[in-house]
Amino acid sequence: MAQFAIDRRSLFKGAGALVVSIGLPGGVATAEIGGAMKPPLSPDRLDSWLAVKADGDVVAYFGKMDMGQGVDVAIAQIVAEELDVPVERVNVVMGDTAWTVNQGGASGSTGIQKGGIPLRNAAAEARRVLAELASQRLGVPADRLEVTDGVVAVIGDPARKLSYGELIGGRYFDLPMTWNGKIGNDLVAEGQAKPKPPNAHKIVGQSTPRFDVPAKVFGKLDYVTDIKVPGMLHGRMIRPPVAGALPLAVDDGSVRDIAGVQVIRDKGFIGIVAEREWDAVQAAERLRVTWSETAPPFPEMAALYDHIRQAPVVKREVPVATGEIDPAFTSAARIVEAEYEWPFQSHASMGPACAVVDARADGATLWTGSQKPHFARDGVAHALGLPQDKVHGIWVPGPGSYGRNDAGDAGIDAALLSKAVGRPVRVQGMRYEGHGWDPKGPASIHRARAALDKDGAVIGYVFESKGFSRIDIDTNESDPSHSLAGQLMGLPLKSLQGFGVPAESYGFASKRLAWETIAPLLDRASPLRTAHLRDPVGPQIQFASESFVDEIAAAIGADPVVFRLRYLKAPRDIAVVKAAAERAHWDPRPSPRPDRNGDILSGRGIAYAQRSGAVVAIVAEVEIDRRTGKVWARKFIVAHDCGLIINPDGLRRCIEGNVVQGTSRALAEEVAFDRAKVTSTDWTSYPILDITDAPEAVDIVLINRPELPPAGAGESSIRPVAAALANAVFDASGVRLRRAPLTPERLKPALA
Amino acid sequence: MAERIVFELNGETRTIEVAPDTPLLYVVRNELGLNNPRFGCGLAQCGACTVHVDGAPTRSCSLPVSAAAGTKVTTLAGLGTPEHPHPLQAAFIVEQVPQCGYCLNGWIMTAAALLRDTPHPSEQQIRDGLSGLKCRCGTHMAILRAVRRAAQAA
Repeated sequence: MAQFAIDRRSLFKGAGALVVSIGLPGGVATAEIGGAMKPPLSPDRLDSWLAVKADGDVVAYFGKMDMGQGVDVAIAQIVAEELDVPVERVNVVMGDTAWTVNQGGASGSTGIQKGGIPLRNAAAEARRVLAELASQRLGVPADRLEVTDGVVAVIGDPARKLSYGELIGGRYFDLPMTWNGKIGNDLVAEGQAKPKPPNAHKIVGQSTPRFDVPAKVFGKLDYVTDIKVPGMLHGRMIRPPVAGALPLAVDDGSVRDIAGVQVIRDKGFIGIVAEREWDAVQAAERLRVTWSETAPPFPEMAALYDHIRQAPVVKREVPVATGEIDPAFTSAARIVEAEYEWPFQSHASMGPACAVVDARADGATLWTGSQKPHFARDGVAHALGLPQDKVHGIWVPGPGSYGRNDAGDAGIDAALLSKAVGRPVRVQGMRYEGHGWDPKGPASIHRARAALDKDGAVIGYVFESKGFSRIDIDTNESDPSHSLAGQLMGLPLKSLQGFGVPAESYGFASKRLAWETIAPLLDRASPLRTAHLRDPVGPQIQFASESFVDEIAAAIGADPVVFRLRYLKAPRDIAVVKAAAERAHWDPRPSPRPDRNGDILSGRGIAYAQRSGAVVAIVAEVEIDRRTGKVWARKFIVAHDCGLIINPDGLRRCIEGNVVQGTSRALAEEVAFDRAKVTSTDWTSYPILDITDAPEAVDIVLINRPELPPAGAGESSIRPVAAALANAVFDASGVRLRRAPLTPERLKPALA
Repeated sequence: MAERIVFELNGETRTIEVAPDTPLLYVVRNELGLNNPRFGCGLAQCGACTVHVDGAPTRSCSLPVSAAAGTKVTTLAGLGTPEHPHPLQAAFIVEQVPQCGYCLNGWIMTAAALLRDTPHPSEQQIRDGLSGLKCRCGTHMAILRAVRRAAQAA
């Protein structure tokens, strides 16, 4: 039986003890480190990005995050590539606000796409500097030196050599980088050195295992839920039973029999703390609160889409308008139109959010699972009235993160409780909070119209979405106005407005793509507030737009692949559609298939999407049980182009996760609510794809484009999944489902 | 009122004074300091808290610790170690299964009992045996590959 080393990086505790003092090629050793004498953290310093330990191991300081898809591995590969060291010798430190600059955290799948740029530049610069230093020490021009595995040697005289450890190990690079002055996703820093051309890559492009997997599999990796701080109390929050209700009275006596319980209340914010976690859980259940009589704020669930149709528009944008739309529809020989609906969906992370905060008079420490720990730190500082630099944010892996979930709320809740009781407090939600009170992916409707001429050519195309904003709650937690705690304490909503349009390159003769947002359902802390959920608004928009493209094809009796290829303009889009169809042995014919008999119906569908520099086409093959109306996504064929590929195996697993989560959202997921509250508050009322319903295969075709920069892959392949499934259901059954999810309850009656 | 409760945890006899209705999960995590079983739902729906109690996969979030008195409790960390991995742990590493990994206790502990009782399961037996467990990252395909791999290695 094989043995496994738990990677040292998995057990890495604090970056502080790694590097010992500072020095420079031709510069001055300035300081000893370990804390106080550490150089200031700033994007315009090379030592804020990279350090070399005494033993020659490299530390890369990454200001974005990995949430389990191996972004940190890709960053290690990029750094190792530029420095010419083995990837095993690169430690990636991320998510600690004392050691990493704010590159925006996990955000829009830009970990490699944007987050990798300064790291690549810094590693190239470090290699240049180290070669220069070796040149001085060895008395040989730099162009007569080569670097292998972190050792600089004279070409043709390999005995004359110096390792990176010997050259600078344990000392910092006290050198400048050029910084564009931005913080977050768009931060760019560069040195004098130019990174390698892709044809010189030896490490980038190689499949490299994840660093964290062994520790996770042996139960040795601590999550944020596992943080224990001396003196720590356990906290739980109390949420209103009717959304919007305010507490009129809190009866502390109702929990007095539970040892050590304290109730903390500030306006609508109610929390309890206890020495023992189980006591906190029970006290939160038992605490008697008298709530205000509040009119239930939500529409009936069955009236959700009518509400969206009728609600006043808060903001409208028309990001794409080409050609003469109105004449196209006036002169059309035929008009095809359809409307689609997508429900609220929940992050439904594996665990409800958790955070630990130690709030002291002069500063605070935050342990958070937020995927944007720098911003989470800012939010806690704001909530505590402390300067940002007095709050140390430490990311520890959380129980799943796919956007702006409940993690940010937990941080601010813990901060306020800790401040109130003067001790560190760990807050974890209960399941009903994870499902019921997380910010939701927005519900929406999508109207599509196509004008066809007498030959069936598309001469006009209009696609308009209307829904709740994707950023009713902001993408990050830096402002407590966007947290439950802040809103419960009376901070006014600052609903931001945003939605999106289909991401495609159909060259229809005229085209208008627009969106409209509507107001949130409640003007205060709401279980139906909306925010970023993996590929924000992408699955719903593309569900509608790619379903509609199939509807146009069906209207003119065209094969769905042939129809797409007739109109697609972007070469990479054409390439993925062709690659998916070819791998799927796509047999050109119109949908639905003519022979639709028997208890088990089968069919295939295609959909495609662009996303921020990536492009994906997916063929779904489904089976439908006519007796139950249940859809099984039997097989997917995915053609995926995200530019230069850094880690092919890592990418494949990332795509698999996208496709399975996308299948779950397409077939099963819908937040249920009544007029007072969210009612889908556990895994029974909010089912996700069970493993008995997992596909038989997810077949992936990776298209590598070394000539292009790497784009993100964390969300691009979830985008076309729902449409591919809906199109396959239509092909198999002749039934066009325009409301997601595609449940048996919706399909069975239509199968008759 | 706290009671004295004795059970075996990963091969060591442990004695605690605790309210007997406290779920085993909280005792293992907080009183006994073993972090690997995790709180996911507290409703026995997701599996993140799964341990073996006398060999049976059990949702420790919903088992009063008093019911574990006198039993042998094994957690993921007690199933195998880097030096002596359980075949499923080896397979989960080879297949690079977890993403966030918070769900792993459920999958590995349940599959371990499945493979013990059914060493050469069919695909359907694997799927049925793991039904109900949750993975939000969607690593279903890799989980199935890993369980098949471990079954073949047995």
